[in-house]
Amino acid sequence: MNKVVSNVEEALQGVESGMTLMLGGFGLCGIPENSIAQLVKMGVKDLTCISNNAGVDDFGLGLLLQGRQIKKMISSYVGENDEFERQMLSGELEVDLIPQGSLAERCRAGGAGIPAFFTPAGYGTEVAEGKEVREYNGKPHILESALTADFAIVKAWKGDTEGNLVYKATARNFNPMMAMAGKITIAEVEELVPAGELDPNFIHTPGIFVQRIFKGEKFEKRIEQRTVRPKN
Amino acid sequence: MSLDKNGIAQRIAQELRDGWYVNLGIGIPTLVANYIPQGIEVEFQSENGILGMGPFPFEGEEDADLINAGKQTITAMPGAVYFDSATSFAMIRGQHVQLTVLGAMEVADNGDIANWKIPGSMVKGMGGAMDLVASADNIIVAMMHTNKKGESKLLKNCTLPLTGVGCVKKVVTNLAVLDITPEGFKLIERAPGISVEEIKNATEGRLVIEGEIPEMKLN
Repeated sequence: MNKVVSNVEEALQGVESGMTLMLGGFGLCGIPENSIAQLVKMGVKDLTCISNNAGVDDFGLGLLLQGRQIKKMISSYVGENDEFERQMLSGELEVDLIPQGSLAERCRAGGAGIPAFFTPAGYGTEVAEGKEVREYNGKPHILESALTADFAIVKAWKGDTEGNLVYKATARNFNPMMAMAGKITIAEVEELVPAGELDPNFIHTPGIFVQRIFKGEKFEKRIEQRTVRPKN
Repeated sequence: MSLDKNGIAQRIAQELRDGWYVNLGIGIPTLVANYIPQGIEVEFQSENGILGMGPFPFEGEEDADLINAGKQTITAMPGAVYFDSATSFAMIRGQHVQLTVLGAMEVADNGDIANWKIPGSMVKGMGGAMDLVASADNIIVAMMHTNKKGESKLLKNCTLPLTGVGCVKKVVTNLAVLDITPEGFKLIERAPGISVEEIKNATEGRLVIEGEIPEMKLN
């Protein structure tokens, strides 16, 4: 089944104000940067964004925060974004902070048809407030519910016309689970190849989870913390 | 003399055992990788999706797609593997990682830890810390014994929002190595030149001192 759309405009058709979006990436690594730029252009507002981080002030989801396009963020860590912290502390932005493993599993569960699960993470902390507690193997666990989204927007290294995806290195992160949990999943890829060119043994996201795929026009791939050792 | 960050990392590295998979948090814990004892093999897991994390890349060889949980550019060792975030936390929650080393703002003498939020001023999020401390069998905290105001970070009860309850096993600070026991912080070793009295004065939580307390041995 051919999932290819011709460009980012076509890929994001149907995204409207007030919707819930999942966006892959960890920090700025593996974020769908072409789609984020298009969301800025479209000017959609009151978005609920599920994403591990919120970008930095002038890149990634930080661009949507600057334009006040996000109503609510569901994330695990937002440390690198001053505008985010400002909007959150002033109450302009609603924020739901979730342990990273629970966030990943909630997305996976959403895509896998599991409505909720028990996890030890967050027991005894404010994350557990209002959540059912149950003991398993002598240890308390809290009930966490699945997450889904109107659109999941992911970024992969290579994809084929069927929507099969391969990620590169640690740019995989949240992308595979989010791809599963979108009512409509959009994949932007660096390389788009004909069906049959990717080895079926080494595909990370099966194309059944992807409804639209396009080749991103350009990838800046900004590095957040450039750390190196001297050559000698 | 109290230890610096590298000294703390060096002492924690002595806790590493051959064949362990280890998760190192951001800050002092990251430095532990520089002091792996001779003759043992450990593999570092970073929760954003790599097992077999190597040192920082040479200048000019950075790859934006290859970072650690601190968003720093890294390299991959031979035999390394990449995976998604759900698989990563399956390794952590499923107790396949033998040791977690992380920083803290406060630790209580029952093993409670607070390291993710200061209400009203600092709210960065817990990242993977809550999953790590809720599941790992062996958790070592690396931190300074006191805060910038000189107040103890080893307390009877944490005052900040908790990251996890009753989970820390050992604390290594600039002054001491302490185990968490049912009776409180048990003093195991002193930093070179630091007296038991100095450690007592810097510790607000219950402190157990039995017999002579040896000095840490650092190379």
